[in-house]
Amino acid sequence: MAFITDHILTWTAFAPALGAVLVLAAGRTPGAARRIALGAALADFVLSLHLLRHFEAANGADQFVEHAPWLAGGKIAYSLGLDGVSLWLVLLTTFLGPLVILSAWRAIAERVREAMAFLLLLQTAMIGTFLARDMLLFYVFWEAMLIPMYFLIGIWGGERRVYAAVKFFLFTMVGSVFMLVAILWCYQQAGSMALADFLQLELSRGQQSWLFAAFALAFAIKVPLFPFHTWLPDAHVEAPTAGSVILAGILLKMGTYGLLRFAIPLFPEAALALGPWLAWLAVIGIIYGALVAMVQQDVKKLVAYSSVSHLGFVVLGLFSLTTTGAAGGVVQMLAHGLSTGALFLLVGVIYERRHTRQIAEFGGLAHAMPAYAAVFLFVTLASIGLPGLCGFTGEFLILFGTFGSGLLPHARLLVALAATGVVLGAIYMLWMYQRVFLGKLGERNRGLPDLSVREWAVLLPILVMIVALGVHPAPLLERLEPSLERILAPVAAIRQTESSYGLALGVSAAQPAAATAALKGDR
Amino acid sequence: MESHALDTSLRWIVLVPLLGAALNGLLLRRMPRRAAGLLACAAVGASFLLSVAAVVRLAGLEPHHRLLADSLGTWLDVAGVRIELGFAMDQLSAVMALVVTGVGFLIHVYSLGYMAHDPGFNRFFTYLNLFIFAMMMLVLGENLVMLFVGWEGVGLCSYLLISFWFNEEANAAAGKKAFIVNRIGDFGFLLGMFVLGAALLPHLAGGEGLFSFRTIAAHTHHLAPWATAIALLLFLGATGKSAQIPLYVWLPDAMAGPTPVSALIHAATMVTAGVYMIARMNMVYVLSPAAMTVVAVTGAVTALFAATIALTQNDIKKVLAYSTVSQLGYMMLACGVGAFAAGIFHVMTHAFFKALLFLGAGSVIHAMSGQQDMRLMGGLRRKLPVTWPTFLIGTVALAGVFPFAGFFSKDEILWKAFSDGNPGLWLVGFLGAGLTAFYMMRLVVLTFFGDSRASEEVRHHVHESPATMTVPLAVLAVLSVAGGWLGWPHFLGGANRFEQWLAPVFARARTPPARSRPQARSTAPRRPTAPPRTPPPPPSGSWPRPRCRWPCSASTRATAPTPGGRRWPRSCTPSPAASPTGCC
Repeated sequence: MAFITDHILTWTAFAPALGAVLVLAAGRTPGAARRIALGAALADFVLSLHLLRHFEAANGADQFVEHAPWLAGGKIAYSLGLDGVSLWLVLLTTFLGPLVILSAWRAIAERVREAMAFLLLLQTAMIGTFLARDMLLFYVFWEAMLIPMYFLIGIWGGERRVYAAVKFFLFTMVGSVFMLVAILWCYQQAGSMALADFLQLELSRGQQSWLFAAFALAFAIKVPLFPFHTWLPDAHVEAPTAGSVILAGILLKMGTYGLLRFAIPLFPEAALALGPWLAWLAVIGIIYGALVAMVQQDVKKLVAYSSVSHLGFVVLGLFSLTTTGAAGGVVQMLAHGLSTGALFLLVGVIYERRHTRQIAEFGGLAHAMPAYAAVFLFVTLASIGLPGLCGFTGEFLILFGTFGSGLLPHARLLVALAATGVVLGAIYMLWMYQRVFLGKLGERNRGLPDLSVREWAVLLPILVMIVALGVHPAPLLERLEPSLERILAPVAAIRQTESSYGLALGVSAAQPAAATAALKGDR
Repeated sequence: MESHALDTSLRWIVLVPLLGAALNGLLLRRMPRRAAGLLACAAVGASFLLSVAAVVRLAGLEPHHRLLADSLGTWLDVAGVRIELGFAMDQLSAVMALVVTGVGFLIHVYSLGYMAHDPGFNRFFTYLNLFIFAMMMLVLGENLVMLFVGWEGVGLCSYLLISFWFNEEANAAAGKKAFIVNRIGDFGFLLGMFVLGAALLPHLAGGEGLFSFRTIAAHTHHLAPWATAIALLLFLGATGKSAQIPLYVWLPDAMAGPTPVSALIHAATMVTAGVYMIARMNMVYVLSPAAMTVVAVTGAVTALFAATIALTQNDIKKVLAYSTVSQLGYMMLACGVGAFAAGIFHVMTHAFFKALLFLGAGSVIHAMSGQQDMRLMGGLRRKLPVTWPTFLIGTVALAGVFPFAGFFSKDEILWKAFSDGNPGLWLVGFLGAGLTAFYMMRLVVLTFFGDSRASEEVRHHVHESPATMTVPLAVLAVLSVAGGWLGWPHFLGGANRFEQWLAPVFARARTPPARSRPQARSTAPRRPTAPPRTPPPPPSGSWPRPRCRWPCSASTRATAPTPGGRRWPRSCTPSPAASPTGCC
């Protein structure tokens, strides 16, 4: 076992790839391919549980570190590490992995072997992205994600799949190219590709701004942040259910993860100066995404636009540059992965039965499929942030963390605007729910079978996690906080003289005595 | 430090109804109807009995240390933001807990009969139990976030139950409307919470839970500059939940739900959550005269405005719905003039008689084969021998006739509005009270008097409801008569025990007696003309903390009974019995 535990990160990252090789080699029948893929994904989940178990909660530094020289005489290395942020995102990936494969059990009937292999390869690339601590290695994993996703959309997608796949590829690629240039420039300065060396760079404010812009563009497209979101609805609508779940559940988090891991700590001055712009875009995205979601005719497109809205919350939380807001951002990433992942799975369930996703085609489904309706309502409530479910934990921390942020100008105004998303979210989700599930049952929807055992098996783990994250997020936050403080330390170092949190009345909240004195005199 | 009494029964008061809901919900189809109904009733009954036991224990404590607390751990703790999953019961929570579980239990029993033939019977009881769970979370929550969890939870149950018969598009739309309008209020609630939390966070000592009511009470001096913003934003939440202008629009539509739901959620309990929240946050509200004025004016205007709408309604439930909006206005008016105890008193008496009226209306609708239009009723007096007298009792109680429950609470509110120096608000409330009597008598006459205007077939089927429905009516009728006697006022020779019971909770709302205090009712509290700037350092102990700020006048001292104990600094005896005006 030491053979595995000594290189646990490598194993966690590459177990799915190993599975993919096995699928291609041994998966002669569709059934065999599915079973091997499911086994590999489950094995990977078990490996990631090992990470959770042995993770030191109070340690904010990278753990389970692996380092081996790779290129350029060791300046470029195979370097993996895992801190609190990576831990939870890796767990989200390995948790959704088997569920995604199970959801594609019937939905993907052609070229099963290739589909399963692509799903597993994608998982390796995603986990690698979360673990890489060498910039070139990170970039390799980052780009490697594109290929399986491109084929998943392009081969197993809907009618306009080629258009959607190419659009997805081009959008992401363009952003990445700028990031690559920025990485190479930093490499020249630092003399190594190690993230730790990048963090040591002394950059002028102007340099930081350009580099930050290059990184932020790549990540903003991936998030996607308004106005770079236009690839997302197309990709979602055309992608098969499994693709959509991965796309919404994990792939989008690459963008927010990148902002948090690289853009903010590498270029703290630029993050302080340019972050507010991203925060404004995020708030625009929250409202715009919700408004556009409201008028969609297609359930899947509605959920896709709701992602734009939800991811806006995450970006806002990150650029509050407070630990609370960033913690909320990470929680919201997980919550969105669960709730939106589940929504796409649920949309897939009904699509398999009716081969349409038009809201107008439905109505009164709760009569025919009561269990399905109940689960859908549950996930809807999680998505609109009902307290006790996962969405609320994230939104609450983001909004509260941002509200008193001393590092984000107009933070209170931004929060007030963002909080309208709470109302808008309820409107578009409940309106859709009403039109699809309530009212009288139409003739075409009579006799639709309710959730099958396999569909329950896919959904139930997510439902449990939705509750767990809502009721008891403390263990998660406990492992997150030290890492976030470490990541945000460069920002805090610049503004250490100012308090990062509180409501100031013209005086800094860091000096409560002075504030109180001023108050007394004032009144 | 006198620590609060730990009491693990509190969690069960909250969780037992959740267990009931979970069992019924998971076994939905497989559960026999009888078992599902009994399980749901038993769960609420158990919750009620536990509440009674807890209140008895609470009453056994010294008045200013009355606090039971329970904690299930920490919800989250990140960067100084520590929020407990805790429950607490003080005098205010105790009143609410008894009303919610007690009236809730009666309505559960009533529903056994009312919903007997409904295909969604088990689902109905699942939602009903879930509602009690959320409502108890709301009233027993130890901090503002827990309160908000319950607040949203009851909103969800309201949504589910309004659109219970979702086959009709209109019912589904009404449920959605209720949820969304409430969400608009929640927008304010959230922001209010953020202002409060952000103002408190830099001042917290280690171990203090942010948003905990105890913490808020201990740090009011840090909140003073933000009090108006916090109070108004939270009040926006309250206008949504408690159906005040401008967010009252959802409540009349909510009548689309089954009648027991209208009684439980949209009359007796959930809609009073806004009033409860304001009373709970009284230590912040009294810091802001501006916010208090907004609350009082909104309440008074809503009280009159909704009453005028009720005059013209023909649907028996719609009359009662607008009446509820109007009565909620009175409760807000009470809070706005600083008479929080009177507001909560009206919450309680209103829960009794309005639940009675709704259930009575349900019995009428049941008898009339689903007819709700009063123009097609009439002459039911003789046909419904239990419903008729109990309904009449509810009506006179609501109209405020002595010695029925409504008289005491409404009189108290109007008096407090007047004595607070607001004859204008008093006049508006007074006019509204007149209209109340008018529209209720109109309802009674149209329904029970004269000749029947129903079709032959309906008339043939008119029958009194089964015992499961009439017994709760009788119990509520008794409460509608006697419930008000708890607050028998001084000028009638009573001691207003209800106000005394709550006095430690609202100690902050009390102010120095004016020089020309009215002699007849010597206990009238007054709103401060200006907020206290820097209250004295908080003594350790229970929350909210009674406090004395001024010397007693001779008359108060003379009427004060012997003080209970001397635990307070500066020989201060904050026992409400000793100093109803909060003086020393």
